[in-house]
Amino acid sequence: MSEKVTLEGAHVAHGGHAGDHGDHHGHDHHEQHFITKYIFSQDHKIIAKQFLITGIIWAVIGALFSVFFRLQLGFPDQTFPLMEKFLGEWAKGGKLSPEFYYALVTMHGTILVFFVLTAGLSGTFANLLIPLQIGARDMASPFMNMLSYWFFFVASIVMFISLFVQTGPASGGWTTYPPLSALKEASIGSGVGMDLWLISMALFVVSSLLGGLNYISTILNMRTKGMSMTRMPLTIWALLFTAVLGVLSFPVLFSGFVLLIFDRNFGTSFYLSEIFIGGKALPHIGGSAILYQHLFWFLGHPEVYIIMLPGMGMASEVLACHSRKPIFGYFAMIISLVGITVLAFLVWAHHMFVTGMSPFLGSIFVLLTLLIAVPSAVKVFNWLTTIWRGNIKFTPPMMFALGFVSLFISGGLTGIFLGNSALDIHLHDTYFVVAHFHIVMGVSAFFGMFAGIYHWFPKMFGRYMNNTLAYFHFFITFAGAYLIFWPMHYEGVAGMPRRYYDYSVWESFKHFSSLNAFISIVVIIVFFAQFIFIVNFFVSIFRGRRLTTPNPWGATTLEWTTPINPGHGNWPGEIPEVHRWAYDYKDDGNGGDFIPQTVPLKAGEEAH
Amino acid sequence: MSGFITIVIISLVFIIIYQIAKASEYATILRGEDKVRKQVNRLMAWLLVAFFIIGVWGIWECHLYMADKMLPVSASEHGEQYDLMFRVTIYVTGIVFFITQALLFWFAFKYQSTEKRTPYYLAHNNKLELIWTTIPAIAMASLVAVGLRNWSKMTSEAPKNAQVVEIVGKQFNWVIRYPGADGVLGKRDFRKINDANNVLGLDWNDKANADDVIAENGEMHIVKGRPVKLVIGSRDVIHDVGLPHFRMKMDAVPGIVTTIWFTPLYTSEEMKKITGNPNFVYEISCDQMCGKGHYSMRGTVIVETEAEHKAWMEKQQSYYAIQNPAKAPAADSTVIPTADTTTKAITMNTPSK
Repeated sequence: MSEKVTLEGAHVAHGGHAGDHGDHHGHDHHEQHFITKYIFSQDHKIIAKQFLITGIIWAVIGALFSVFFRLQLGFPDQTFPLMEKFLGEWAKGGKLSPEFYYALVTMHGTILVFFVLTAGLSGTFANLLIPLQIGARDMASPFMNMLSYWFFFVASIVMFISLFVQTGPASGGWTTYPPLSALKEASIGSGVGMDLWLISMALFVVSSLLGGLNYISTILNMRTKGMSMTRMPLTIWALLFTAVLGVLSFPVLFSGFVLLIFDRNFGTSFYLSEIFIGGKALPHIGGSAILYQHLFWFLGHPEVYIIMLPGMGMASEVLACHSRKPIFGYFAMIISLVGITVLAFLVWAHHMFVTGMSPFLGSIFVLLTLLIAVPSAVKVFNWLTTIWRGNIKFTPPMMFALGFVSLFISGGLTGIFLGNSALDIHLHDTYFVVAHFHIVMGVSAFFGMFAGIYHWFPKMFGRYMNNTLAYFHFFITFAGAYLIFWPMHYEGVAGMPRRYYDYSVWESFKHFSSLNAFISIVVIIVFFAQFIFIVNFFVSIFRGRRLTTPNPWGATTLEWTTPINPGHGNWPGEIPEVHRWAYDYKDDGNGGDFIPQTVPLKAGEEAH
Repeated sequence: MSGFITIVIISLVFIIIYQIAKASEYATILRGEDKVRKQVNRLMAWLLVAFFIIGVWGIWECHLYMADKMLPVSASEHGEQYDLMFRVTIYVTGIVFFITQALLFWFAFKYQSTEKRTPYYLAHNNKLELIWTTIPAIAMASLVAVGLRNWSKMTSEAPKNAQVVEIVGKQFNWVIRYPGADGVLGKRDFRKINDANNVLGLDWNDKANADDVIAENGEMHIVKGRPVKLVIGSRDVIHDVGLPHFRMKMDAVPGIVTTIWFTPLYTSEEMKKITGNPNFVYEISCDQMCGKGHYSMRGTVIVETEAEHKAWMEKQQSYYAIQNPAKAPAADSTVIPTADTTTKAITMNTPSK
């Protein structure tokens, strides 16, 4: 069986170049066993769905955790017996223990940042869209692509197991700063839970590298005839830079983790120095706790853009398609992506202004950080101009793309406060930070993802999702996001620190208790509203209205030239040739308002 | 039983969602898909406008609700600059926020799909790109300029006359140390730490330690109008000295000494009047997650007048004296132990290991 899989994989990759083995594929496809077709599949479309569904499961778990700790934050003096059902002795009598509160906060961050918004987002859309939009039969290495998913799957299993160990999962925050994360004496979560966390994350890095290298080589090498780089849709550009960011920065994170593993288990002192804990002085001398933060944020900041760029790419695509207008400033969009990618590597230390890092070094990072606002602003203005004088169809993906832009503006602007060290010195590690990054890389990235899911669901499953449910989902989530995170900015400006279990002993912060309760209630509503999406998603896979046309949105890009339910290999015949850029939303001369990329230029028509 | 009820409720909700979905699809088909699509499009355009208007109203309400819950005037000189800069940044970003959001929602409404509308084919315009690259660049450059000026002031060397106070974080409280009459903080060594009688690991071979005063209750006394330099350390994991009322913050990192300095402007008593809150107290919050007691790692700052501070200081016993009541002179900080007695005492007190 495995031999057949490998052969087929190789064949498919080959077919991408030759483009004439299409007929062969038709019957290959029929012979596939359930296991090779749906489980150990090498078809990029199936792998995309695997990433997406695993991501959805993780998103529910991660969001449920936030509901648990929001209950504690909103109602610190009440008990919730239901919570004991879920968490057992961690919530004895329905009251969350501080240890497990911190474990939940940590896992919420880890799960959503890495497992949902990295693997679930770029894993899904890079896999789905790259071959389909550049005109390839599959990834450069379908086998590596399959491994990428399965490494992610094993990482998921390890992380999931860590939730059930007796001392609880890692609880030092998703950034797991040592010495807290390095010393078992410092926190019970720094025991086995932390070991499992590190193992899981190491596997995750492997998955991410296998995927990223594949995405880059596929985009660079396997474009169909006529698909020059400058004819690629912006989704592909965005996914290309996402992969570049991941490939260059994840290894640095990995090295940081290796050193942490050594400090934890083999008595080294990379991060540890002059520590007295648990009643005794430790022998470690000469390490630097700040070193870990440099290594972590060297990934940690690009990670933010790993999360944002796919959303930006998909929003660009969706805004253009559903406004029936070309994306405005295609080249400016690419240049700003380049700018963001390059700067993403040069701003990491803005997370560390108050760590005691040299203030002069801090100044340089202020300059570079605020510089990144320029390409971001260019993107926003280009999106606004894209919908200007369009013919806007408020389909569910379009609603989410508009929400994405709105949230990106809101969350991006608060970054200008935090990137300026002289303002960060007060706002650092307060709720202002929580509000900022949740709006911009949490909710906004989610909106980009939702836009993508609603837009490409018909391509994935050959059916539509239900619009009515989608609109409910949109408005509840959109309003909820602002209701939750807008007031948090004020709490942050008032100095309220993040990651507190209870504020009631604090004279300076206790008067926010009713606001915290309000936020928690909205969190619960928004959490349950996500089930509208989940029901819609899973029911529509089997019962949704069937597509009657292969191109339901009237889009120009290549994925819509495939059959409604494309088999492995994507195009039954030859891969189409590309003759124009991806955004020819204009009169086609026959009353249509778009010209697909596969249509040759007419006599006298100028290429973009 | 409750488990059963939960399952019933969940399945009911599921069925309701599913039925809404189905009903809406049948209704669409019955009423004609094209017609419904147009109606929905118009409805969504209006809902987005409504969202924007309600949103702006919500921001206004939020502002009013929060007005009396924010921090009082800054209690430090740095903080006054800080508040000014914060306000400038609010104005700059606020203007951009309202313009771009208004355009987004307005364009969405104005250019909603109708039969008559032909989208305007506009692919690029380099002049526009140039304009909206340059303007943000200039705005950012000015914010950076203001920021760096303030940053260099905030992080500059503390003035010579600054009062020096050490603050050390440990799980889960703050320990404060004053240098005593000699104005010098003696050497510390983490290997000499002992929770019973040497909480910071003072090195008794260093004479400068003899008159150092330690407060284990996390209460820091500083003087109005006199710059104070905090020498920050940690015994175990990373903590962070958060001083929201002074608009200051700095990590406490094991193995590294960090510092900040500021000048308090109002005594605690004055601040009670300013805020109208008789319970007002300057608080030190730990702002870097440090373990299960992170949220309770609370310190306080008492800002007092020079005279009050002197009187308070005189009442304090040196840590050495507290730990060695019999051997040492009842040293208050004004009495500098002579070299002779100190040396003797130190020899006797040198940790046995």
